[in-house]
Amino acid sequence: MPVSTKNSQLIYDALKACDIQLISALPETWLVHLIRMAEDDSKMTLVRLSKEEEGVGISVGAHLAGTKSAMLMQNHGLLQSINGIVSVAQLYRIPLLMLISYRGWFGERDPWQTEGGLVTENVLRSLRIPYEFLDDPNNVAHKIQQAQTLSESSSRPVALLLCRDLMWEE
Amino acid sequence: MERIEALKAIYSKLEDCIVVTIMGAVAAEIQTIGHKKNFFYLQHGMGLASSVGLGIALSRPELQVIVLDGDGSLLMNLGTLTTLARYQPANLLHVVFDNESLLSVGGFPTATSTGTDLQKIADGAGIPNTRFADSLDDFKQQFNQALELDELTTLVAKVEAKGPSAFVTDLGLLENRFQFKRHLSEIPQTSKDG
Repeated sequence: MPVSTKNSQLIYDALKACDIQLISALPETWLVHLIRMAEDDSKMTLVRLSKEEEGVGISVGAHLAGTKSAMLMQNHGLLQSINGIVSVAQLYRIPLLMLISYRGWFGERDPWQTEGGLVTENVLRSLRIPYEFLDDPNNVAHKIQQAQTLSESSSRPVALLLCRDLMWEE
Repeated sequence: MERIEALKAIYSKLEDCIVVTIMGAVAAEIQTIGHKKNFFYLQHGMGLASSVGLGIALSRPELQVIVLDGDGSLLMNLGTLTTLARYQPANLLHVVFDNESLLSVGGFPTATSTGTDLQKIADGAGIPNTRFADSLDDFKQQFNQALELDELTTLVAKVEAKGPSAFVTDLGLLENRFQFKRHLSEIPQTSKDG
């Protein structure tokens, strides 16, 4: 599978360096290695979801209970999670670290991903969620650490868009 | 059975647990009985109370977590039952007050009024212990038994579609959230194996 194992490992190691102890995830192609790494890690609690919005609730509960968490989802999962983000995470000022695979953008071959790609950044901006791109292995660790710092200090959701150039090897 | 009577019947047990409730009548009624620092009211985000409870239960397995859910909320997030069943936190008791109605928005009937059976759905999702009560004595007994069991339980309680006249209380959402988190942080953490 041409999903980058090496760069997935960089992302996973960066999450571990941020003391992330719980990851919620709904599988999608670009996330397979990350989810497997979480599954193989006895010190990580991995929660496989039925729908991404559940992950917002789980991260809220984890935060209230003192556990640092991260969410792995596709950009269509972000669309599924919007009410949870607005009506729980933002309403209650909860930090959320969201890693979102940015499907449907330049280079996308799957026709069904393309509408979601067009709206992703506008949705994040409308929700006032600060976001950055993870597209270069050289600054993955730095950006993940910065995202978590901002999420904690602002008590708000922060997003990192996992880009094709980082996740996919052809 | 009236929900407020059911809440009064279990209130002494709730005082010793970590409690997450849904919005509307449940949150307002508990607060009329008496707010505690260990109660968190999810005043929006319908459907996610059980997910919040799961996040707490997985993070603090030594604490007993009780989620007070409702039929309208649970119907918005039925997938939560499959996720609860997958991880089966033994320290989570999921109570669903089923009044067959979206009471706080005007009493519109939900699908449980036309035959949807939430206990069977929980059972089919794989919740290891599901229970049902439609009288106050039965509810109290089922609730107490479930607490003793040390097994993930969904308890569906049929209640009347009656609630308080107002839903806004004088406890601010953020005040509740920060107070609850601080309270949890002050409960000493014991080993997951303990």
